[in-house]
Amino acid sequence: MKKPVNYSGRRKFLKNLSLFAVGSLALSGCGPVTMKEFLQKNFRTLSKKEKDDIIKALEKKYTAKYGKEFHVTDEPAADGVEFGYALDLSRCIGCRRCVYACVKENNQSRDPQIQYIQVLQMEKEKGIDFAHSDVHYNPDLVPEEGYFYVPVQCQQCRNPQCTEVCPVKATWQEPDGIVVVDYNWCIGCRYCMAACPYGARHFNWGEPNIPADEINPETHYLGNRPRMKGVVEKCTFCIKRVRNGKYPACVEICPVGARKFGNLLDPESEIRYILANKRVLVLKQELNTQPRFYYFFGV
Amino acid sequence: MNFFRFVSGSFKIITKGSAVYYAWVTFLILLIVWGGFGYANQLAHGLIVTHMRDSVSWGFYIGNFTFLVGVAAASVMLVIPAYVYHWKPIKEIVIFGELLAICAVIMCLCFIIVDIGNPLRFWHMLPGIGILNFPSSLLSWDFFVLNSYFILNLIIVVYLLYCHFYKKDYKVSFVMPLVLFSIPLAIGIHTVTAFLFNALPGRPFWNSALLAPRFLASAFCSGPAILIILFQILRKITKFEIKDEAIWTIAELMVYAMFIYLFFTVAELFKEFYSGTENILYWKYLLFGIGENHEIVIYSWSSIIMGSIAFLLFLIPSTRKNFLTLNIGAVLIYGSVYIEKGIALIVPGFTPDTLGQIYVYTPSITEVRTAVMIFSSGFLLFTFLSKIAIAIVFEDYCIDDLSSGKRVDKVKEAPVAM
Repeated sequence: MKKPVNYSGRRKFLKNLSLFAVGSLALSGCGPVTMKEFLQKNFRTLSKKEKDDIIKALEKKYTAKYGKEFHVTDEPAADGVEFGYALDLSRCIGCRRCVYACVKENNQSRDPQIQYIQVLQMEKEKGIDFAHSDVHYNPDLVPEEGYFYVPVQCQQCRNPQCTEVCPVKATWQEPDGIVVVDYNWCIGCRYCMAACPYGARHFNWGEPNIPADEINPETHYLGNRPRMKGVVEKCTFCIKRVRNGKYPACVEICPVGARKFGNLLDPESEIRYILANKRVLVLKQELNTQPRFYYFFGV
Repeated sequence: MNFFRFVSGSFKIITKGSAVYYAWVTFLILLIVWGGFGYANQLAHGLIVTHMRDSVSWGFYIGNFTFLVGVAAASVMLVIPAYVYHWKPIKEIVIFGELLAICAVIMCLCFIIVDIGNPLRFWHMLPGIGILNFPSSLLSWDFFVLNSYFILNLIIVVYLLYCHFYKKDYKVSFVMPLVLFSIPLAIGIHTVTAFLFNALPGRPFWNSALLAPRFLASAFCSGPAILIILFQILRKITKFEIKDEAIWTIAELMVYAMFIYLFFTVAELFKEFYSGTENILYWKYLLFGIGENHEIVIYSWSSIIMGSIAFLLFLIPSTRKNFLTLNIGAVLIYGSVYIEKGIALIVPGFTPDTLGQIYVYTPSITEVRTAVMIFSSGFLLFTFLSKIAIAIVFEDYCIDDLSSGKRVDKVKEAPVAM
């Protein structure tokens, strides 16, 4: 940024000096940000070549930082796919294995702690009642007598409030229904967090920390690649995995098979079977968010 | 160039002043530095040094922002009574009201910038080089109307002062439409800011049609409170002439505003508490606390008590017409609305959070210091702008003074200006 100073023009010098001071102050305050990164455009307006360059630079950066061979992809949504999720409330035992599998897969910050899934413990007597629920339940053994468990994560709404309110279009719904965030475009105003009725969006209040030996190097640009301070992140149904034909990490880890996942457009899928044959509900139906995340009673 | 001489003349005014003026400016600068180090800490470590978290993701900064939008809106709306009642110094009221509005809008934008996680990416919002999500996002509307309002007021004030400075008559046909346009825009900025919160069905505390009307009513209480005190100061130290009756009329209008605000609030409370749905929790948290969590109750009740005392002081004619009690009332209502907008509006919107969990939020010292930095900077700017306006409007500081150089002596003789 520092330019050779022309001493003949005092005003010019002062101008440069103040520009330099303001610039360096702003930059030093916001961590190491390269000029290129600072000027990067919204992901959806980038050309193929620009995307490839950015991804290559990111892979290099992450590999150097974490000492592991990193892969970042930007694999787009496949045609004829709309993801849906169903969670069996009668099976969930509240063990929180999904919470930690998710943290590991999606490279969430360990300190400060970010978790995409919040498991609510609810009293059977009261039914689904957020006001009397507890996320900090901590018994020696789950499930506890008289309680049931409602894990909540991004509901991937068909009518998402969060993308609507974003002032800079840094978050949007992909053709396969996944709501994603461009971490490099998000300004961190947190309007989406105020808008989300499910507490599904999480903010990097401080610099995220992930131990190098726990990092997952297989990442997606719009998903689990490492994030920076001051941006919002959220569950993407494990976009890296599901766009490669795998189940989300939370589905795979669930020890009681309470979590079901599939293509809503495929009439033969398990998810369609559940929607057709089970008692299904969505959270906060009255808000007309139309979630793709269903809760059901399997037994 | 003419405009350059106007600017340099204005600059001369703010560098000269009495001992009191210098002391005041020094005091503000010290506060800015003290607050600035707090903000530097936030820049270095991120918003983690605030007490905001995922549950309560907006706090004191957005509260201050909302409050100042009200101040900006109300200070211009004061032009309406000045116009309707034919107060003599209508031009002066316009100038000082709009100067206050300009400073308030600048402070608003500062509070947005300190609140966002990536202030360097603020350019993403600029139309043309960034992407503004217009018209879908209410935040983009707010950004748009606030900037329009700012530019409009700036044009009016600079034009009026510029004409004064060059001893020219200003064109009524140019100024009047702009002033008249700034009034609906003033209502607009506060309405849009209310809609910002109102637009979120996931937050029942704000999702009430009365939110925008309540915003406007409360702004009509806090904005004129500042101007009542400012006009009295101006009357003392300059030849600004405003009759007692005019000030009392402002006070009277404030009583109406307070009454309307009270009525709206009672209507809201009735609906919430009588129907007693699960949405009552937010009001319960605000007024009584939930379980062990009473931290915010002190704020809500101090706001209510200060507001009630101010209402009585303004309502009773003998205390309204006594300048001591009137000023106490003005300070109290200002404080009441400040706490209401700063804390009592934002925090209960987020507590309990959308999943029913309670995270107790009160501002951290960093948030307070950053707010002090912005408020002191705003006051400093307002001091400078007022000083320029006072010199040009009341002390006939003009282009002649600049060329002959006699101005320097004149300033020294001038009474305490601010």
